[in-house]
Amino acid sequence: MSKEKNIANNELVIYSSTDNLSEVREFIAAAWISYGYDNKEGMKVALSVDEACTNIIKHAYHNKANGIIKIKVENKKDKFIIKITDKGSHFDPNQVPEPNIPERQKNKRGGGLGMFLMKKLMDEVKYMNKGRTNELILVKHLN
Amino acid sequence: MADFNVSSREQGQICIIDVKGYLDAHTAPDLENEFNKLIDNQQYKVVVNFDELNYISSAGLGVFMAYVETMREHKGDIKFSSLKDDVYNIFDLLGFPVLYEFYDNDEEAIFKFNQ
Repeated sequence: MSKEKNIANNELVIYSSTDNLSEVREFIAAAWISYGYDNKEGMKVALSVDEACTNIIKHAYHNKANGIIKIKVENKKDKFIIKITDKGSHFDPNQVPEPNIPERQKNKRGGGLGMFLMKKLMDEVKYMNKGRTNELILVKHLN
Repeated sequence: MADFNVSSREQGQICIIDVKGYLDAHTAPDLENEFNKLIDNQQYKVVVNFDELNYISSAGLGVFMAYVETMREHKGDIKFSSLKDDVYNIFDLLGFPVLYEFYDNDEEAIFKFNQ
């Protein structure tokens, strides 16, 4: 599927590999710019979707690259909405506690920051479990 | 595929790591390998130069979290230099400026190590 077609359909479908994260960011940034919004804010939205997809690859598909992740973008009145679906294990980002960074450092552990960062960068993060499908909705308010 | 490059250079007792391009979950293992090499060589005083880094996600930040304690245990540290505003803002959002030292350039970071 060409990038142009992805943008026209406002949808990108990828396999669950971190190799595809750059394509995800480019897709989101291009969609954001196509609506005429500020590039800097677009980078933050692209980062949030990168974090969401990284999380799905790790926790829903357990680092197996044969899962499908579908990303759909919608521009509604004063909201930029990204709907991300997968069919891996259920994982609600809103259940992840805020990380204690100094403590993690003491224990020589990275990680645990992605969902926290995503929630800081976006205005709304909603998770729904619909049968075998997980749906994550990220919303950026535009005003 | 994300475009990322990491390389190291020595300046006296201090090692400068240059990171370039896009640091995400796909490319973070390259940076981990660089830190593992430094630890193998017992080099614990590190300046990371971000001058040519365009993008960082939490996977990249996690690498510093995982290694900084080892450096500090050996009287070293990881100090950051030359960050673009967009990259610094991500560190700032997660509260890193109270946990790490940030400098405008390598010279200032090296000076601090040598004090």
